[in-house]
Amino acid sequence: MDLEYQLIIPEFVMAGLAVVVIAAALVFRQVDQKWFGYATAAALAVIAVVTAVAYWDTNDDFGGVLAVDHFTVLFRVFFLGIAFFTVMAAVQFAGERLKNHAEFYGLIIFATLGMMLLAASRELLTAYLSLELLSFSFYILVGFNKLNPFSNEGSLKYMLLGAFSSALMLYGISLIYGVTGSTTYSAIGPDVVEGTRNIAGQLASFAGGSGGVDPDGARPGLLIGLVLITAGLGFKVSAVPFHQWTPDAYQGAPLPITAFLSAGGKAAAFAFFLRLFSEAFLPAAHEWVWFVGILAAATMIVGNLMALQQTNFKRLMAYSSISQVGYLLVGIVALDAANISQSQDAASALVLHLIGYVTTNIAVFAAIIAFYNRTGRDDIVDLRGLAERQPFLAFSIAAALFSLAGMPLFAGFATKFIIFQAAFNNGFLWLGAIGVTASFVSLYYYLMVIKQMYLYEPEGADRARFHVSRPLAGALVVLVAGVLFIGLYPTPLFDVIHSSTESLFEQAAAISAAAVGG
Amino acid sequence: MDAGEALLLLLLIPGAAMLLTIFVPSRHANVVRWIALIATTATLIDSIWIFAVYDFSEGGYQFDLQYPWIENIGFLGENGISLHLAVDGIAAPLVLLNGLVGFAGVLVSWKITHRVKDFFILFMALFTGVYGVYIGQDLFFWFFAYELAVLPMYLLIVVWGSTNKEYGAMKLTMVLVGGSVLIFVGIFAVFAEAGAGTFDMAVLRDIEFDRGFANTFFPFFMIGCGILAGLFPFHTWSPDGHVAAPTAVSMLHAGVLMKLGAFGIIRLGMEILPAGTDFWMPILLVLGGVAAVYGAVSAINQTDLKFVIGYSSVSHMGFVLMGLGTMNNIGVNGAVLQMFSHGVMTALFFAMVGGLYDQAHTRDIRVFGGLVRKMPLFVIFFGIAGLTSLGLPGLSGFVAEFHIFVGTIETFPLFAALGILSAALTAIYVLRLMGRAALGPFNPRWENLKELSRWEIAAAIVLIAPIVAMGVWPDPFIDRIAPSVADLPRVDQIGNLFTLSSLTGR
Repeated sequence: MDLEYQLIIPEFVMAGLAVVVIAAALVFRQVDQKWFGYATAAALAVIAVVTAVAYWDTNDDFGGVLAVDHFTVLFRVFFLGIAFFTVMAAVQFAGERLKNHAEFYGLIIFATLGMMLLAASRELLTAYLSLELLSFSFYILVGFNKLNPFSNEGSLKYMLLGAFSSALMLYGISLIYGVTGSTTYSAIGPDVVEGTRNIAGQLASFAGGSGGVDPDGARPGLLIGLVLITAGLGFKVSAVPFHQWTPDAYQGAPLPITAFLSAGGKAAAFAFFLRLFSEAFLPAAHEWVWFVGILAAATMIVGNLMALQQTNFKRLMAYSSISQVGYLLVGIVALDAANISQSQDAASALVLHLIGYVTTNIAVFAAIIAFYNRTGRDDIVDLRGLAERQPFLAFSIAAALFSLAGMPLFAGFATKFIIFQAAFNNGFLWLGAIGVTASFVSLYYYLMVIKQMYLYEPEGADRARFHVSRPLAGALVVLVAGVLFIGLYPTPLFDVIHSSTESLFEQAAAISAAAVGG
Repeated sequence: MDAGEALLLLLLIPGAAMLLTIFVPSRHANVVRWIALIATTATLIDSIWIFAVYDFSEGGYQFDLQYPWIENIGFLGENGISLHLAVDGIAAPLVLLNGLVGFAGVLVSWKITHRVKDFFILFMALFTGVYGVYIGQDLFFWFFAYELAVLPMYLLIVVWGSTNKEYGAMKLTMVLVGGSVLIFVGIFAVFAEAGAGTFDMAVLRDIEFDRGFANTFFPFFMIGCGILAGLFPFHTWSPDGHVAAPTAVSMLHAGVLMKLGAFGIIRLGMEILPAGTDFWMPILLVLGGVAAVYGAVSAINQTDLKFVIGYSSVSHMGFVLMGLGTMNNIGVNGAVLQMFSHGVMTALFFAMVGGLYDQAHTRDIRVFGGLVRKMPLFVIFFGIAGLTSLGLPGLSGFVAEFHIFVGTIETFPLFAALGILSAALTAIYVLRLMGRAALGPFNPRWENLKELSRWEIAAAIVLIAPIVAMGVWPDPFIDRIAPSVADLPRVDQIGNLFTLSSLTGR
């Protein structure tokens, strides 16, 4: 087999960078720790730019296990961007509240590497290993503040449930392998068609009363495998009812890691979800669409209702991110084997919403990190009077929360409009209606936060105005500008996304063309 | 007639003012105020120009302007989402209304001293959103603007409001956004059913929707928009919101924002889903009639000045919904006239109440008396608003309500009687208000009250001018509204409108 290693140079560079950062800390002991952070951020930015320029026109795969197409490149750049902003937001926080900075940044790079590989994977075990690289980095990062019991608790819960979900997923993978005889998406796709046809035939033979089960015909293993993989993925993206770890992990983790987890972790899992379900499982869509639909509806409803009662900002954001997962799952549900172009619409809408959501969420967290750097507090009531003390932070948080609620001017409006429209167009009126209603409910709890910032006067001993460090403020300005830009003019981004999701459906298009031809 | 750039300016000027204000340091409060005043003056001039230049002999949609936004990607076809602006004869007076009320609103907000910068940023966002709804011709941007008009209300009320503001603001926001959930779903359904791959209203208007579909989704628009218009029984947010809001916001809110709801029923309901009107419009008429009486009766019982006006708004918006529900040209014309008339009138009311409250720090009718001795101009302006409200001939309210009642008599005589009854009830609470607070024995507690500030006087004059103009010479309004109402599908032509030229036979 002729392996083209140049396709995965960015991944090699990332692995090298992580090692270099960690090793450099051993050599340069006298250097101010914050420079590791800035150096990491600079390196990530350079890699992102170079990757975007050098690989955009590539459409190739690495021995059938990794694909480097528009989708991969888009997500590579996206993940690098997430890591860049996380590091920028984390530098001051890490310097003041954490130890072992080099390992901290190194693990962030490793996690990003896992994300990049995950988006590129076209083979179940490769995807699984990438997911584990990502997850293990996160287990450590969540517990990084090792003297804080909440951090330990969050990390432990996250790791135990994460291991459990990995086991579920592995079992699902083994079943899929057993049924289809392969773990590559390119081989599973056509075989799944075969499998579902056989199930239909089997049902027909039951109905005909011929009795007897054809051992090669029915493949309940396929359905069970799909359910198990979805459940495992459900844990990773924290879909209801697999969301229990999320609030604890979010609350316990150091703030920048909460940001990274809610943005990068979710984005990577959805990249995997999307590629797997559109390349490998799309032909069997009628088998899984109903349970993913229920998952989406439950996630939207439960996430929003639970968020209503939160008093801690991080927990609020945890439930808010759960509800956002519900909206994203709507995009998966709207995938339809019979109509490839509509499926692609749904996939593009999903990615657009994902990018909008991630930008917004990092903006919220960057602002909260700046607030936490000053006050060390993260309950919602602690935000009282922020509009007086630091108007820019208050504005950023308000803008981002309005965006999450799907209000106009901000990213959430345009992206939710498009994702719900995709669901409606593909016949999921009820799911879209639940989504719209759920996001209406979400406005209430976001307004409660905004009210604290704008309505009340500052309280407590520390009421003075304060400054935000320049790099953090700069990153925040860029993020808020991004939120506004996506909200006002999503066209260029949507264009890029739509051209990148095309490659996901090449295989399904070929299969359906063959089905029509045959 | 093109020159659609004039419409674009309506959005760009306040938008630019908003951006500019963000970069003004907050200690320069006067700079912020002047930016707002200049921006609203410019938009007022632009609005007057659009109203004047709108060619009513031609009718239809004019000033058409269309820029592609997102098209030919995914499910979006040609002109999928576009920035499409146009006004018809119904929107033209409402554009003028928004210009007037926004301008007056900035004048009366001159005295705000708390977080001036934030106030005007939000005010401009609200103002832009309202324009966007009146001139938008694309459902995406229409809804965008609709939400944009509702959203800043929360902060405006919570930060600068009074009396139970947390409750009022949250109730208002949640009820209105709840209504927009219905609109959102309706828009999706219409888009998917049309299958044209575009949100352009001009295209959707031409599509014949199936009767069953129209009957199912018409209430999404009717109730969704109706909530904002104070549709009974979803009206309770309105008095609470009005009372809690600061003066200028009450003005914009009752003056233009509630009209967005009625306007939405015309734009989305009557124009896009006309097949649903047969079944639903009589229901709207009944609900409007109930609101008219209910609002008036409630207003009689109130002691807080703003609650009186809040409930009177519910009552007057009930007239608007009644007029729309008649589905004949006289009634619908009356509804549009009433939207304009009530807009300027209620803005004047709130401006005056605000001027009084800022000095007296109470709005309890029972404690006032003989204000005419201290504030003669206030009493005159307040009186004009009151007389407009009760429909005195020669002022705008008469023209509008007369059309509505004539239109209703043609279709539902019983409800016309109900409407006239509530107009009589209006006379009770308005005259009682005038008698107690403005005239009557002087209460020495108010020895130190001063006359309105010159900013408020200027605002009042700006608002009174159109009230009188429309009252004595309604022709310019009716000339513009009538052809566009005639173009609405399924609106019966039952007779001529009552303009001076038709009455004098010329």
